[in-house]
Amino acid sequence: MVKVFIYPATSLILSDMVARFGHTPLSSATAIRERVQTAGLESPPLQITPEEPKKGLKWAAVEVPAGVRGRMSLYGPMIEAAGAAIIINDADLAFGCMGCARTNELVKFLLHQKEMPRLELNYPKNEDEGVKFVAAIKRFLTELGAAK
Amino acid sequence: MTPYTPVHVGSVTKYVVIESFDLTPADLAIRAYEISKGAMIKETCFGLVINGREDEVNRIIAGLRKIDPDHIFVKDRGFPPGDPRRCRANLGGARPGYNGMEYEMTIIPYISHGLEELNKKDATAVPPPANPLEHPLLDISRLKKLIDAQES
Repeated sequence: MVKVFIYPATSLILSDMVARFGHTPLSSATAIRERVQTAGLESPPLQITPEEPKKGLKWAAVEVPAGVRGRMSLYGPMIEAAGAAIIINDADLAFGCMGCARTNELVKFLLHQKEMPRLELNYPKNEDEGVKFVAAIKRFLTELGAAK
Repeated sequence: MTPYTPVHVGSVTKYVVIESFDLTPADLAIRAYEISKGAMIKETCFGLVINGREDEVNRIIAGLRKIDPDHIFVKDRGFPPGDPRRCRANLGGARPGYNGMEYEMTIIPYISHGLEELNKKDATAVPPPANPLEHPLLDISRLKKLIDAQES
């Protein structure tokens, strides 16, 4: 079982596909769950405390906005733990404020920098593309399982 | 600074989303209650939210998937069901994060079709999708067609 980072990290489709074909998806929900279930000081809504931008310094420089560094404290450890990645390139749903947009760029950059199996896709736009999309993910994850 | 005391520590929460003409969230909820041993199950408009011990949640989901494996999709959730920081009952409007799921719900029928087709044939026999990182040059014949279309 390989830990597979999914981008967009909130994707229902990718999260399901990875788990369905026998691997562990690394999604933002698991990172948020850790924070929501850890006692400390109240910092609603996501329990992102002032400590998180400090932790984010590992992946982004000090002059990078705190919003990016705070987000990187969620995604950075997951990228380091990942053994593979599936990236959807036309994920408009990942659009957001500058914090989200720059974090997305940095996450994609780090995923491309890391030497690991990577699958690049676009969302399917019809049924034929749907078959190709699912087949590509299945092949990728099956080969991943066989390699380990 | 207010101390924060978490609830449902050590539990996991998962969404079960249905895209099916044969199954409703209510059908799935009844089945989930039948096989549940102490998990919290909440029925929603798109499926279920299940909270409990990880092994118990996984067991329930494995049972639910058997009903319609190609049309049931599962993902993790960070917050427990009904959490006031996320629940639309407290906030009004769509739950934060629902927009992403709503967008993917428009694509899920293609995924379900793909899963159904792959039950009939081998994944290795299917050609790979177009590489999104490639930007193919504009074909000369297509360029000529575009020019002709502009001129006519």
